[in-house]
Amino acid sequence: MPSPSPEPPAQSLPEPERAREWLETMTLIRRFEERAGEMYARAKVGGFLHLSIGEEATIVGSARALRDDDYLISTYRSHGHALVRGTPPENVMAELFGRVDGCSGGRGGSMHMFDLARRFMGGYGIVGGNLPIAAGIALASDYKDSDEVTLCTFGDGASNQGTFGETLNIAALWKLPVVFMVTNNQFGMGTALRRHSAVTDLQRKGESLGVPGMRCDGMDVLDTHAVLAEAVRHVREERQPVLVEAITYRFRGHSMADPEQYRTKEEVASWRERDPLPAFAELLVREGVIEESERERIDEQAIARVDAAVEFADASPFPSPESLYDDVYVLDREVQGWYSVATTDGAADESSGAARDGAQRAVNDEIPQQLTDALAAGEEGRETPGLDRPDTAANAGGADR
Amino acid sequence: MTQMRYREALNAALREELARDERVVLMGEDIGVFGGAFKVTDGLLEEFGERRVRDTPISENTIVGVGVGAAMTGLRPVVELMTINFALLAFDQIVNHAAHIHYMFGGQARVPLVVRMPQGAGHQLGPTHSHCLEALFLHVPGLLVAVPATAADAKGLLKSAIRDENPVIFIEHESLYGVRGEVPDDDEYLVGFGQARVAREGSDVTLVGISRMALTAERAAETLAAEHGVQAEVIDPRTLRPLDLDTILASVRKTNHCVIVEEGWPHGGVGANLAALIGEQAFDHLDAPVQRVTGADVPMPYSKPLEDLAYPHAPQIVAAVLATLNRSSTSAATAGGA
Repeated sequence: MPSPSPEPPAQSLPEPERAREWLETMTLIRRFEERAGEMYARAKVGGFLHLSIGEEATIVGSARALRDDDYLISTYRSHGHALVRGTPPENVMAELFGRVDGCSGGRGGSMHMFDLARRFMGGYGIVGGNLPIAAGIALASDYKDSDEVTLCTFGDGASNQGTFGETLNIAALWKLPVVFMVTNNQFGMGTALRRHSAVTDLQRKGESLGVPGMRCDGMDVLDTHAVLAEAVRHVREERQPVLVEAITYRFRGHSMADPEQYRTKEEVASWRERDPLPAFAELLVREGVIEESERERIDEQAIARVDAAVEFADASPFPSPESLYDDVYVLDREVQGWYSVATTDGAADESSGAARDGAQRAVNDEIPQQLTDALAAGEEGRETPGLDRPDTAANAGGADR
Repeated sequence: MTQMRYREALNAALREELARDERVVLMGEDIGVFGGAFKVTDGLLEEFGERRVRDTPISENTIVGVGVGAAMTGLRPVVELMTINFALLAFDQIVNHAAHIHYMFGGQARVPLVVRMPQGAGHQLGPTHSHCLEALFLHVPGLLVAVPATAADAKGLLKSAIRDENPVIFIEHESLYGVRGEVPDDDEYLVGFGQARVAREGSDVTLVGISRMALTAERAAETLAAEHGVQAEVIDPRTLRPLDLDTILASVRKTNHCVIVEEGWPHGGVGANLAALIGEQAFDHLDAPVQRVTGADVPMPYSKPLEDLAYPHAPQIVAAVLATLNRSSTSAATAGGA
């Protein structure tokens, strides 16, 4: 059985234009995530918010090993994956804001970004839930006799889910073109790798399932790209799935609601010394690819782009109340409501009065005007003006991280 | 018309849709070389080959998830799960993914996936292979749910399910696989979702039977007519999502009495939901509370005498109808007399 080269190819710098674009995208992701955190603190973003600060090299290094017609599928930590595929930051930020121009129409939020046109096949909120779907996408590619590859990213925690073993097995059995990439950021939420996985050399976890492993330094975009490029080549040409472990570190909490009591400040500081973004920028300056001034300009451009994204998101309207039931089903020729209860009977019982009205609304997808009015006036459903906040330890303590 | 067994009707539907649409792919445990645990897919591997009829490992959640991903990117997978109890292993992919992807990604992706599975008691398969769990799937917006009781409906609904753009939970019944029925020969014979079948017309009471219980209700109706002079109208909804409530309400307005028969558990069941809808929308037409005849509120026992007590039979339905018509105060009739 052919296996991927154990030693990654020599890490040479890509063409200057490509190198600059990688730095720009890593910078955009960094600045986007920082601003998303600020917007969360200012209650513009609701729910949970998982940032990938510190993991930018894993995102850019891997995605840039793909062709445009390859697929990328990710997890609940997926803002960067949307951005790297080219989804405009305006639409990613609008999704965080829950607005109609969000890349999922405001339906998904932070954990459920999606951009079909760019073959970003989604962020998924269930740990390990995206692995079988990745295999299905790859099955369709294979079935169509195309040489498209699917890159499926997930965290170290997901390597303990049943879907990990099940999917690697079926992918190897059916020779599906999937690169499985475990982004090992050292923690499954707040549980350290050595406390959640008996085997901590994660690249080996696929061996017994017929999936060879590779490893890259996820703090180094060049190494990540080199290893992923080899993995993608192997999968595309040899029709054998590969598991790549990217060693990285999440600089911020698991989500914004994370008091980070499971790790020391010193540990975080030591990883921050290996911050992939300045490391790559300094390398490009040192190698003469960019000037120091250009490095600053790239940063300023990223900040300006994120400013524009916030402005756009803030100006985008919330989805209309009438859209609540849109896209529960593909309706084709049917009318909305048909799939709940197929009643269109205008001559329904005239005598049951108010009780029947309530039932009709419940099954017929009509929004009572009193409710929309009350919500608009802030009278119902909101503990905090502007949004609902999950009652986690950090939020309950009033921590505004 | 051709006489064929329920399993043969399903097999014909799969064969016709495989032949009609290159995007249709079958996946499941033992559906190929073995021919299917209940022989529904018998012969299809030989006819269509391993690319389109795929034996899978025993990994229910993952094979449904593979179907989800393949459906999102252009195929029309039909996944077979060996029993409905095994579908519980796949609940994450069915509920969190198949049912929600179209909505949570703002309508960008479609999941035209069919997940087939048999349910039902009567074969002494005990507490992990015999349940009727259609209510669990009925609960979930984003899913369509079919529960065919006849060979013709099995074929017509499965063909419609495969052509639908939405994820469909297609629930067959283990006791029906060998039952024969008349099936139209037309390759384009389709049964639309959301269209109930009035199996028997009557004026005294409306009997709604779910899945196999549609047939049991018909037998009860024959007894009611022959021995009690009661004309029962028997309605088989055929699909639970969407539900053809109009046909049921029209019948209730005519008969003013309703008994719902299901094999599943009483609490939070199909009948509980339907009784609420009837109460909300036709209260003034009811001369008695809606009655339910359900499976017993127990995990399914293995021993034959106990298993027989744990799901409804025609005599219980007859008794429930008579109680309703007498305006007796009998409460919900659970199998086993609970």
